[in-house]
Amino acid sequence: MFDELSSKLSGALQRLTGRGVLSEDAVREGLREIRRILLEADVSFDLTRQFLERVQEKAVGQQIIKSVRPGQQLVKIVYDELVAMLGETQSPIAHASVPPTVILLVGLQGSGKTTTAGKLAKRLKLEQKAPFLVAADVYRPAAAEQLETLGKQVDVGVHREDGQQDVVALVKRGIEAAGRARARTVLVDTAGRLQIDEEMMRELTRLKAAVAPHEILLVADGMTGQDAVRIAQGFHDALGITGVILTKMDGDARGGAALSIYGVTKAPIKYVGVGERLEALEPFHPERMAGRILQQGDVLTLVEKAQATVDEKEAERLAKKATSKKGLDLQDFLGAMKQMQKLGPLKNVLGMLPGVNSQMLKNANVDDQKLKHVEAIVLSMTKAERADPDLMNGSRRMRVAKGAGRTVQEVNQLLSQFKQMQKVMKGAGKPGAKLPFGPRFPGR
Amino acid sequence: MTDRITQRSKQSLWSRLKRVALTDVGALVRGFKAADIEAMERLLLEADFGIAATTDLVEMLEDGVRRGRLKNEDDIQAAVRTRLTELLSSPDDPGAIRKAAAGPTVILIAGVNGVGKTTSIAKLARRLTRQGEKVLLAAADTYRAGAVAQLETWADRLGLPIVSGAAGGDPAAVAFDALAAAETRGSTVVIIDTAGRLHTQEGLMDELKKVARVIGRKAPGAPHETLLVLDGTVGQNAVQQGKLFAEAVSPTGLIVTKLDGTARGGSVVALRRELALPIRFLGTGEQADDLEVFDAARFAADLLGEG
Repeated sequence: MFDELSSKLSGALQRLTGRGVLSEDAVREGLREIRRILLEADVSFDLTRQFLERVQEKAVGQQIIKSVRPGQQLVKIVYDELVAMLGETQSPIAHASVPPTVILLVGLQGSGKTTTAGKLAKRLKLEQKAPFLVAADVYRPAAAEQLETLGKQVDVGVHREDGQQDVVALVKRGIEAAGRARARTVLVDTAGRLQIDEEMMRELTRLKAAVAPHEILLVADGMTGQDAVRIAQGFHDALGITGVILTKMDGDARGGAALSIYGVTKAPIKYVGVGERLEALEPFHPERMAGRILQQGDVLTLVEKAQATVDEKEAERLAKKATSKKGLDLQDFLGAMKQMQKLGPLKNVLGMLPGVNSQMLKNANVDDQKLKHVEAIVLSMTKAERADPDLMNGSRRMRVAKGAGRTVQEVNQLLSQFKQMQKVMKGAGKPGAKLPFGPRFPGR
Repeated sequence: MTDRITQRSKQSLWSRLKRVALTDVGALVRGFKAADIEAMERLLLEADFGIAATTDLVEMLEDGVRRGRLKNEDDIQAAVRTRLTELLSSPDDPGAIRKAAAGPTVILIAGVNGVGKTTSIAKLARRLTRQGEKVLLAAADTYRAGAVAQLETWADRLGLPIVSGAAGGDPAAVAFDALAAAETRGSTVVIIDTAGRLHTQEGLMDELKKVARVIGRKAPGAPHETLLVLDGTVGQNAVQQGKLFAEAVSPTGLIVTKLDGTARGGSVVALRRELALPIRFLGTGEQADDLEVFDAARFAADLLGEG
């Protein structure tokens, strides 16, 4: 699929570019293809148009990177812009300074609110936010049973009242029950409703006024079509949503709704539901979503290729340095680590490597948290220390450990690991050898 | 619920289309201007028709105007409606359930998560009961927490017998038991609820195939109907859903749900362009009576905002 796009784009652009810059005609030609892709991915019509205008503005007149085909370069611009339009940074749940944090989950029927409530409870429990569930869907048969079962599965308390019709009173009592249970986060699972159902929307505005929630999260089906704009607008106008959770993203829907919903509400997409299991809730990564909308990872390979040419110099510098007498320093080490983090959870990255299978990963103890610790330790060092780790005597190690909030043992461990790596790198330093952590890390 | 439906603010697609495309009478003579074409495309795309179906329709109109077959706005309106009606209609009566030659008629309900399978079953059961059938429900969604209880609540409300599976049980076994129960009870129709599953989950699609296979072994010719439930708000993924469910269990028709909102269910146009999967029923609300038999001409008119 992507090959088709790439060749179409390149074909169109090759004919039209000669002067070393992307010309307006060339860009317009290429954007026609991008437009088709966005619309097929269910990005709203209006947003697609605005988006293309922005890309055109950015692309026209850009210097053509020599070793990259113009089509590829255009796709990179599109990709970057798409990431920007998806909200760029990850956005966690905003917890209240004084607990409990009250979170309302709202959305259409069947968007996955109850399942998401269970998943979010599981996640918050792991994050030690002491979650508690309130079953406020008094309409759908057995909705409360479903939430209660999920609560049991994740070992989180559930407040439910059978036969109760006054949702506001029910939720108030639920929050009280949460307080008694010493919970610090209260997840309220509300009934599914259409955004044009005035009576039902009034129930939510009353609820909002009564319990002053810290987060109102719109749970939206990732497969939604053009209606996503109207749905998001309706809920946002009535309630002022603070975030979005996109569900059913483990299928083959390209998820253009993400773009539409963010475009309308500017409320960050916080999580993505990626499966039936209760663990299957992931933080939202705009870069991955952008790749998906432009049809899966294929485009990422391309973007990486374009990026690689830019990073080529840096890679060369590193390669030279690695084989030099002095070797890489901790600053380079950190850079390589960061590059890896960009690729996503370590386990996923390892899974992409040829020859690594899921069985091996099961036993591999890869910890993303550790990467963060490494980062903290390196950043607690002075520039001189980073450049020459041999400077690290006992008192320096103690200072760094304190600064990073880690133990001295961990600092020692890191330093010895680094030494080992340095040695290996020097040994492997024949021309053309790839860096284990370098920018050419196989992406996919 | 019904008064809520009447409040729905579907903008008239056709009135907008007329406004943007045809205010300039001269445009009819000269053919469509580029801006008009874009405006028309927009209207169709915003209704989830998808690029291919939209391009087909726009090209048909352009051609008709150029050849002088479409002379005024009424002609154009009729042409779009006729084309859509053709595309969406099927030779058989959508409301007629294919009956078993002997023994109970078995209806299998499938679809992705959250599309409204269980609610649709309640509606279908109500309709068939009214037609004099003795309906038995089978709660074979043993996966989702509370799914069995949800269908049991409906069975209770509708006064229907139900065979339920245990949580985590084998859905094929539940279906088998339900068929056996139907025979002893003298039920004439069995409607089997299955767990929601994304069409891309091979393991779960295999499970669904197994349910169909087991039913077929127990009662030759069954399931007599396999209805795929499609969320009316879904976008272009509808086509993929249709294709993969068709490969797995060859559905005999579609139920399109959630049409009481702002979504028009236009992605069925994209779906029908690729698959001969007739639309049978429409879900238009949360009550047991909110089920309509599909009428292609009326649906087409609704899509164009004429209804």
